[in-house]
Amino acid sequence: MSGHAGEPFAELPVAPKPRLRRFHQARWDEPIIFEQSRPGRRGIAVPAPGVPAVELPDTVRRAEPPRLPEMSQLHVLRHYVRLSQENLGVDQAIAVGQGTCTMKYSPKVNDRFVTDPKVAELHPLQPDDTVQGVLEIYWRLERMLAEISGMHRVSLQPASGSAAIYANIAMIRAYHASRGEGERRDQVITTMFSHPSNAACAKTAGYEVITLMPDENGYPDIEALRAAVGPRTAALMITNPEDTGIFNPRIAEFVALVHEAGGLACYDQANANGLLGVTRAADAGFDLCHFNLHKTFSTPHACGGPAAGASGVSEALAPFLPGPTVEFDGSRYHLDADRPLSVGKMRPFLGVTPNVVRAYAWIMALGAAGLREVAETAVLNNNYLMHKVLQIKGASAPWGRNRLEQVRYSWQELSEETGVHSEEIGVRAADFGVHYWTSHHPYVVPEPFTLEPTESYSKEDLDEYAAILEHVADEARRDPGLVKGAPYNQTIHRIDPSSLDDPGRWSPTWRAYTRKHLS
Amino acid sequence: MTHPYIPNAEPGVRAEMLAAIGAASVEELYAAIPADLRLDRPLDLPEPLVSEHELVAHMRGLLGRNTDTTEALSFLGHGCYPHHVPAVCDEINGRGEFLTAYAGEPYEDHGRFQALFEYVSMMAELLEMDVVNVPTYDGYQAAGTAIRMAVRYTGRSKVLISGAVAADKMSKLHDFLDHDVELVVAPVGPGGEIGDVRIDETFAAIYLETPNVYGVVETRGRELAELAHAAGALLVVSTDPISLGVLAPPAAYGADIACGDIQSLGMHQAHGGGHAGYIATRDEERLVAEFPSRLFGLAPTEVPGEYGFGDVFYDRTSFAHREEGKEWVGTAAALWGITAGVYLALMGPEGMRELGETILARTRYAMERLAAAGARVLHPDAVHFREFAIEVPSADGLLAALREHGIFGGVRLDDRTLLVCVTERHSRDDIDRLAAAVREGLSVSGTIEGAGTPAAGETA
Repeated sequence: MSGHAGEPFAELPVAPKPRLRRFHQARWDEPIIFEQSRPGRRGIAVPAPGVPAVELPDTVRRAEPPRLPEMSQLHVLRHYVRLSQENLGVDQAIAVGQGTCTMKYSPKVNDRFVTDPKVAELHPLQPDDTVQGVLEIYWRLERMLAEISGMHRVSLQPASGSAAIYANIAMIRAYHASRGEGERRDQVITTMFSHPSNAACAKTAGYEVITLMPDENGYPDIEALRAAVGPRTAALMITNPEDTGIFNPRIAEFVALVHEAGGLACYDQANANGLLGVTRAADAGFDLCHFNLHKTFSTPHACGGPAAGASGVSEALAPFLPGPTVEFDGSRYHLDADRPLSVGKMRPFLGVTPNVVRAYAWIMALGAAGLREVAETAVLNNNYLMHKVLQIKGASAPWGRNRLEQVRYSWQELSEETGVHSEEIGVRAADFGVHYWTSHHPYVVPEPFTLEPTESYSKEDLDEYAAILEHVADEARRDPGLVKGAPYNQTIHRIDPSSLDDPGRWSPTWRAYTRKHLS
Repeated sequence: MTHPYIPNAEPGVRAEMLAAIGAASVEELYAAIPADLRLDRPLDLPEPLVSEHELVAHMRGLLGRNTDTTEALSFLGHGCYPHHVPAVCDEINGRGEFLTAYAGEPYEDHGRFQALFEYVSMMAELLEMDVVNVPTYDGYQAAGTAIRMAVRYTGRSKVLISGAVAADKMSKLHDFLDHDVELVVAPVGPGGEIGDVRIDETFAAIYLETPNVYGVVETRGRELAELAHAAGALLVVSTDPISLGVLAPPAAYGADIACGDIQSLGMHQAHGGGHAGYIATRDEERLVAEFPSRLFGLAPTEVPGEYGFGDVFYDRTSFAHREEGKEWVGTAAALWGITAGVYLALMGPEGMRELGETILARTRYAMERLAAAGARVLHPDAVHFREFAIEVPSADGLLAALREHGIFGGVRLDDRTLLVCVTERHSRDDIDRLAAAVREGLSVSGTIEGAGTPAAGETA
């Protein structure tokens, strides 16, 4: 017998694996679903009325059937299974490349709890006494997050991290309004390395936004804060460590400066994974904070949600929490909607219950010592990976090695030498089965890439990831065109994005595409 | 024991890594955090249940205290609906490749881009509009943003909003809009539809829901569109896409922006965890410019016959321009978008039509049965889809009586009003069982006289 291209097969034992994986992403060359339709086919049957039909007046009856695909069940299933295979989750890949996103293992057992009818088939407006289990989980998770943050109370209603930021701003606004200072306090201060949603949510809520830039050491500039705070300050919205992974040691001073001016201090704890059991929002004097349950507390990222946010507040802010709250009278859990100062509803019903259940189960599997171990391991992993990445010629970490759980690196030196940009290096790295993200805009760190190796990854994973980056950096030097021509091992080849910003050609749906390009 | 979730907690590997970076302990890596900010005690948390078996036993104990809607006969709706969820929907959204992915690029995450492009494309067919967003959080947020889009588009700050909107949703809209948008509420008319509508050239939009909070299908869409357009305003219509196999989509009667929740399209009730919001418009650059959400578009690649995807008009977003972008964008509810796409592909045009017919018929049947049982059905002459309101002497009293029969009879809108939800999951027998229990429950206090439309809902 002979093998590939007529060469003889290798002998046993099988040779060792090469240093880098010979990865290839699934490539099903799958048509768009509309192209697989054949009139008359069906994917699922629905119950017949079994009672007399209702005649609709013409004013409300649909005139033409919607042009949805018509497919049998297997073919719908197969199409989407193929698409899922053309996607990289934490379950398959070493997902350390989405810094700020805290990509960690989402335990499978927690998914089972939420697909059980005891969660999946609950209606959110059932009587309290029929959902005691869920209400107890809300109550217990609230107490846990209050302990982890040091805050007085926590709302689990927000649908995501940004929604929690918005809920916090809504409470800040209500707090100042309750003191007759709502009109006057019309500015929110944030920092360039805090998530853009702090700025964007504040603006949406009607605030003028002041953004502090980093000083020469990479910390938010405290002199700029001194200049910015005053009688118009509603709040400081700040991340720490920031998206650079740098912890601002003067954070309590920042909070004090804002308090002296009568403003509130709100802590975006998206980057809390290295801090669990180490330091708490309340310890630095914050009035509000938020966590992302899909980041720090392991609920799956789900291609971008459903997620869940948690808004923590001090006792002074508690009356403004979104309603209803979950209360416990010593024997029964119930909802309290009679809260006159509440900002009201942030979303329908109580919260994203499946993710509340998952986050609770995750904390229960770890306990206090486990959470501390999560934090320490996340920080150790990051410092280890940084050690490996900074050995790669052309990679740097602006402002030095003082990082907690993530680093915003720069390929500036490599890029100046080779003309290859960070985005291109990321696309080429994907040919080896990993992904990385650059940075939010604007790119304050030139040619950025942001890595956050949470506690879920092994040393071997980190070694492999660093080896891939090293290999691609070498390629960039040897043959920049090779990197710029990537990807090679992906579902598709290089995309021409030029139509995406051209109203005459852009195709945000198949309907728009067929109208503009096929008719 | 090394915790199963933390591979590098193993002491040997930890020591190796510390040695590699030249640190004596992990503590050294925390040098940036000042001592006075450090927690000097362990967190006060419950003892952990590290073994999976013990965790499962604990969770079963807690969750076992819930009574779910496969155990009780539930007629609860009011924004969260008990539709049948096809097994294929659960199969696809349970796949780890989708469930545990996040925000990869259009190459290694081609599947996510294509699945979401197909979702928005199927919604576009259902809605007869060319532009649909990657989902936002829920229908409440979709309504808030759709209104803000109209406000920005017109440069005006007043919006006429139908009074037939859920109280909780109104609460969200007030919080989201009040600081710079004036919401003028149009009272509900005697038939259960939006009542008298008067606007002028200071209004940005008319906001209508159909079916509305009482399950009433609004029939004056075209008239409202003409009224809005005559004043230079937009018509924004919130509708549940599950109704669009039989009901005309908002674009067909002139709506400029459609929005709503997609929980009905393949998501479990999940105690309110199945929500995602859609927003749709025609393909007009100025309108598209007002979307805060991501829009995924089709693009060519180097290889003929290969579809690539990317962000359409990314420059609109807060990802691109922080506070100078439109509102904000972030993690919302993408997996429910993918799932809704699976649902629509399974159903096809005929499935959506048949489902709509079944729901219309069973809703009407339930209205008639409950009226015959002695409840006063509100707005009996209006077309209802999936929900209707009944007036009874005591909402709490009747709900308690129905509970005795293992029935969650409806959502309490006020002291005397209940909202009853009927879907394809409710058989004729289920409805008859409800009617019999209502008859028995009302026989204590008798039927009632009275009129008027109740408040649009108080919910827990």
